[in-house]
Amino acid sequence: MPVVHFTSQLERFLPAPNVDLGGEPMTLGAALAAVFDGHPALRSYILDDQGALRRHVAVFVGGRPAVDRIKLSDPVDGDAEIHVFQALSGG
Amino acid sequence: MSDLLHVATRKGLFEIARTKDGWDVAASHFLGDPISAVATIDGMTLAAPDLGHFGPKLWRRDRAGTWAEMAMPTFPEKPEDAEDDPHPWTLGRIWNFTPSAVDGRVYAGTMPGGLFRSDDMGETWSLVEPLWRHPDRKKWFGVAGGEMPGISSVLVDPRDANHVTVGVSTGGVWSTRDGGDTWAVINKGMVNEYMPPDQQGDSIPQDIHQLSQCPAHPDVVWCQHHSAIFRSTDGGENWVMVDAARPTGFGFAVQAHPTDPETAWFVPAEKDERRIPLDGKLVVSRTRDGGKSFEVLSKGLPQKHAYDLVYRHALAVDESGERLAFGSTSGGLWISEDAGDSWAALDARLPPVAAVSFA
Repeated sequence: MPVVHFTSQLERFLPAPNVDLGGEPMTLGAALAAVFDGHPALRSYILDDQGALRRHVAVFVGGRPAVDRIKLSDPVDGDAEIHVFQALSGG
Repeated sequence: MSDLLHVATRKGLFEIARTKDGWDVAASHFLGDPISAVATIDGMTLAAPDLGHFGPKLWRRDRAGTWAEMAMPTFPEKPEDAEDDPHPWTLGRIWNFTPSAVDGRVYAGTMPGGLFRSDDMGETWSLVEPLWRHPDRKKWFGVAGGEMPGISSVLVDPRDANHVTVGVSTGGVWSTRDGGDTWAVINKGMVNEYMPPDQQGDSIPQDIHQLSQCPAHPDVVWCQHHSAIFRSTDGGENWVMVDAARPTGFGFAVQAHPTDPETAWFVPAEKDERRIPLDGKLVVSRTRDGGKSFEVLSKGLPQKHAYDLVYRHALAVDESGERLAFGSTSGGLWISEDAGDSWAALDARLPPVAAVSFA
């Protein structure tokens, strides 16, 4: 089942717990939206105003970097893990 | 007179308080995080952490002293027919906060050029859309510490809250007289030296480093422009170049005197290619005759190997006009209690200073 893990760096600013979304396949965008439903303040830390991934946020789906950072259309298997890190670029 | 300063730096927000022994650091907040703007309005403090990874943020300290994160100023969804817009529809940086005489109203000037308004002291924000959707806004361009244009200054007419003037770096001076529904570029008389000759007098490519308005005489507005100092006596409609500036006319910061329309302060630097104090001597320049002449103030400031640059929001004057403070890119902070005649350095090595504000 998709589980979304957030970097512990976020805990400096706000609660960012791991979220278990259940066993259905979905897109990365749908997975993040489901997390933000329960944790709305997290959204602006991960996404920009247009809903794209922030430039210095890294997201891995099933161990691979997310490909579609704009529309977040990457498929997420029902048993995949999503990891949200701060990128090693700039920042 | 104000006994408290807020200093926004690359590594946190610092409170500098006046004690019987002088000025000292009294508290720090957001230690480690860049703070891009700070202002205290009606007993509450707004601060803008500019988190490198997680984007710009906005926090408010209420009158009881408790900090809480507020809703972010957010751009609307970018329409499909805006593909020719060279600038992102995403908040890049909150650059300044400006109060209005209307209770609870505050403006935020931002990069990439959005003006946001709050009517509840920063809890919620809305984009001033007529300015953002003005077709000439796409002609703004970015030199302001990055690739994006930014609203460097917001002036709210103390006589009429519907009269708002903004300075854009780079995009000229814009004004509304109907509370934000309609906007016009108004900076007649400004000239630049960084555009082709036939465009140097055009309105939009004027790089407005900072505007400052005399609160007691709001028609008097000073501008530290990229190319020179300008002064207007009709609320920004027409401008006259102030060519008596010493030791240079280049700089970022300007502060108008709160009551004397003839007095203003600047922190000059060697233009434009170097952007360091001329000859390594850090000075403040002051005019007391409307720009006809300038005094170069150096008492208490380092006069040897000083390479401090002072950003546009990093010079402040209190409501008395006697106390001033400025902070530098090298983390220096100097305070004057005699209108700039003499300065005392804060005994601290602060991170690079973005903004200074009397509470």
